[in-house]
Amino acid sequence: MKEFLRSLRDSLISLKLTIALLVLGMVLVFTATLDQVNLGIWTVQEKYFRSFVIYAKFGPVALPIFPGGYTIGGLLLVNVIGAYVYKFKFIWRKAGILLSHFGLIVLLVGELLTGLWQRDYFMRLDEGQTRNYAQSFRDHELAIIDITDRAFDEVVAFPEKLLTGRREIQHAKLPFRIIPDSFYPNALLQVRPPETEGHRSSFPPSIATAGAGQHLLVAPQPITYKQDERNLPTAFLEIKAPDRSLGMWLVSTQLNAPQVFEYADRSYEIALRPVRSYKPFSLTLLKFSHDRYAGTQIPKNFSSRLRLQTTDGTEDREVLVYMNNPLRHSGFTFYQSGFENNDRTTILQVVHNPSWLFPYVATVLMSVGLTLQFCLHLFSFVGHRRALTAAKPSSAPTAAGTRGNPSTPAAATV
Amino acid sequence: MKKLLPSLAAFVVIAGLVATLRAPRNPEAYDIAAFSQLPTLVNGRIKPLDTVARTSLLTIQGRQRVTSADGRSLAPAEWLLDVLHRPAQADSYQTFEIVHPDVLALLNLTTEQGAGGKRFSLQQMLRSLPELDRQARLADGVEHALRSTFQRAIVQLRNAVLLYQHLQTSLVPPGTDDFFAQLEQLERLLPAALQTPMTAGQASPHASPGGKLILEMGTAFATMERFAFLHPIPPAPTAPDQSNWKTVGAAWSETLENGRIDPAARDFATLGRAWRDRQPEAFNAAVASHQEHIDAAFPGVHTRAIVETRFNSSQPFYSSAVLYVITFLVGVFAWLKWPELLGNIAFRIVVIAFAVTTLGILTRMWLEARPPVTNLYSSALFVGWGAVGLCVILEYIYRNAIGSVAAGLIGFATLLIAHHLALGGDTMEMMRAVLDSNFWLATHVVTITVGYSATFLAGFLAIIYVMRGLFTRSLDARTADAIGRMIYGIVCFGTFFSLVGTVLGGIWADQSWGRFWGWDPKENGALIIVIWNAIILHARWGGYVRTRGLAVLAIFGNVVTAWSWFGVNMLGVGLHSYGFMDAAFWWLVMFAFSQLLIIAAASVPMEYWRSFRSAASKPAAAHSGRSSPPCLGVHRSRP
Repeated sequence: MKEFLRSLRDSLISLKLTIALLVLGMVLVFTATLDQVNLGIWTVQEKYFRSFVIYAKFGPVALPIFPGGYTIGGLLLVNVIGAYVYKFKFIWRKAGILLSHFGLIVLLVGELLTGLWQRDYFMRLDEGQTRNYAQSFRDHELAIIDITDRAFDEVVAFPEKLLTGRREIQHAKLPFRIIPDSFYPNALLQVRPPETEGHRSSFPPSIATAGAGQHLLVAPQPITYKQDERNLPTAFLEIKAPDRSLGMWLVSTQLNAPQVFEYADRSYEIALRPVRSYKPFSLTLLKFSHDRYAGTQIPKNFSSRLRLQTTDGTEDREVLVYMNNPLRHSGFTFYQSGFENNDRTTILQVVHNPSWLFPYVATVLMSVGLTLQFCLHLFSFVGHRRALTAAKPSSAPTAAGTRGNPSTPAAATV
Repeated sequence: MKKLLPSLAAFVVIAGLVATLRAPRNPEAYDIAAFSQLPTLVNGRIKPLDTVARTSLLTIQGRQRVTSADGRSLAPAEWLLDVLHRPAQADSYQTFEIVHPDVLALLNLTTEQGAGGKRFSLQQMLRSLPELDRQARLADGVEHALRSTFQRAIVQLRNAVLLYQHLQTSLVPPGTDDFFAQLEQLERLLPAALQTPMTAGQASPHASPGGKLILEMGTAFATMERFAFLHPIPPAPTAPDQSNWKTVGAAWSETLENGRIDPAARDFATLGRAWRDRQPEAFNAAVASHQEHIDAAFPGVHTRAIVETRFNSSQPFYSSAVLYVITFLVGVFAWLKWPELLGNIAFRIVVIAFAVTTLGILTRMWLEARPPVTNLYSSALFVGWGAVGLCVILEYIYRNAIGSVAAGLIGFATLLIAHHLALGGDTMEMMRAVLDSNFWLATHVVTITVGYSATFLAGFLAIIYVMRGLFTRSLDARTADAIGRMIYGIVCFGTFFSLVGTVLGGIWADQSWGRFWGWDPKENGALIIVIWNAIILHARWGGYVRTRGLAVLAIFGNVVTAWSWFGVNMLGVGLHSYGFMDAAFWWLVMFAFSQLLIIAAASVPMEYWRSFRSAASKPAAAHSGRSSPPCLGVHRSRP
């Protein structure tokens, strides 16, 4: 048993495993890059890099075919750390290499944490509009908002996932249940042609019995993976109070007007919307600018002048977000990512990444390590040459010139 | 004599290069040279008309030379003048390249009718233009990546014709009989017309003197303003935006409003009329007048325009491409005969070629006020420059002509790639918003490009190793060992620069997008180069490969680098897809295939390699690539 463990340890920290993992990593990155054409960058990240195993579908069965990013990265981490622990022997000559490999460890750990912690949102602002929340790109939520009190709203939000099943949804704050009926991950809504006497619609009647859904048709669309397109989910759900049904409702991210209903003397709004992340501050778009080079349509710069106000009243100032110059505030980075609406609407991407410092530390470690190694090597190279010159003053190489001279300095290139 | 020969060769080469710097002479009485230096704003950059003429010609026919029907060859600026002012002549020049057989059939053309079997005049296409337009509109509806070769060829030809027509409307509106006579009439009538109360003119424009003409000209100016390709009229010294040069149409429209005639617009009218009516003196006077005006108001612009024109006519990258070919041939001969003499000559020529490329790149940097790499074209120049620079160092140390041959090979190959990338138009483009950061262009982009250079160089050295060893007897053990060390050292160098460049890219991404790494295709491409170099080094340190294995891995590095350099751009996704291209895909595949073939050749057992056939029989074969000095001082290969 001990034998086995030792041989396992030896292979885990071996250089052979390092090379094997590097090759696997290269194949993984290459395949994932190609697959971005089909799946888009987000799905690719989930499938290839933030997974332990990659499955491929052969007909109805999904078989594991390749190790995922977590497996390869994790093993590489074990491999490097293991080599440190078991083979560690400090020699000056290797100091730079040790340091730069340590930087590599920091980089890998940082990438793992980023995968776990990083969140991306967007904030869409029309000129003059103020928002204190960012929205998710891909995740949606069903929000039921108690708007009875004019002073504040009470929001209960359920993740989109709950709508895909048929299980009843309940919440202590709501005096009714929600029964999902059907869910379309991507669908377009169309207005139903009006039914008149003598002309009956060829479409079956809507299953919605309340709200806007009664007048709409749902046209399911294939799920899109393109980076510049978004899925528009739609769902039918029934709201059931203990005494009666409050109707079958259609909810969709495409509905802009709020759908409101009353129950037990309270008013509720119901909406399917991108998941919101509220901030302790608000941003107002004062002006969006889209500069072009003179006489062309080539964009020169995009910039958003914003007003930043914190809820605690300690900050109230104007900021300018432009290309290569994001706004960083309380752990969030806001950068200019798009525009709409004839240059009157700005789209900011909002990134929250608590582990942002890791790559910087890794960079410093690796740079110092490689520079140190370079200097060490240079010194020994110069020393070696001096010794050579001193030892053989008569036959010292006049220039580095003689053809194929064996004493020619070899690795002067690094 | 033997000692003198290399210096003599160097002298001849330098003399030839100096000759390219001569000012171009005017073939006739017209001062074409001065005209070609006049600056204009096109695509956001102020450049001489010479550049406009050359890049337009490259775009529509793939080369800069034009031959008239009577066999006379025209300077690019001369062609431009004809396009602008003698449309009948210009339309008869065979300057549109059409190679797709289906496009030729569509336009009722045969290869026999074309110059060189592939260049046709607008006149020849005139009757088919509506059909060309219709086909191009059909193709426009298809997503770029999904277009067939026919559709691509159609769209390309339509764009070429459009460019030509936009050029033509720059200084003279389309469909006027005698624009210059009308202008002259307008100038006479203008003071009187402006004094007449406008209300009368509006009520019945035909009633006032010249009212009809003013209306007509107003429409013509508006058309020119809308479609003109050139913006040659400098802003007034008091204008707030000094970069905002105007079209001739806009300048004349302003004249209609305020009665003041823009001197630059008048100069262009005079020189145009003189060119049309074949009056050299008037032409030269108008050009000189405009030149004086520019020189007084915008001295910097004028100097740049002169330098750029000279840069264009001297074609430094063409000269160095020729020199690289010579270096390559001389270097290869040096392996077979007179190694010292030919090696010396090759080394001198490669140093000169390197210096010429350096000067060319520096001139571009000065003209653009940018770091060296700003787009795919300049990356090709810089990859070649970096690799040749490394070769010069290697050759300085080893003096075995290997550095020179590798330099000739890579230098020529990258300049050839650059030449093909230049067919898209002006290679000094304005930077799109996100790339507009000199700091990051100077650090991240330059470092990563040096990484490409080194990885390619290692691969080409490896190719030399395989080719010489397999097919010639010239690879002795000592040279084989030296090449092994060169490859190893260059791989170390490449790893360092790819790694640093990639990490710097991550920091740029974090600075501007809030994330260090986003698995974007271009980022992944850079990462793959780093990983591959790391694989080579670890395999070497672990003793899993020796010289031949190292060479094989380095050759595959060529495929990896080529994919990362061009392949990811062809995917058409991601934040970095700034240089989309499709025609090059075939070449990329062929390149990868050729590298795999060489790898297959390298796998032939050593005893069949011509160089080692005799050596293998001897027991003390020294070519085995025994431990080379550690480049980063670790993991010495096992004894």
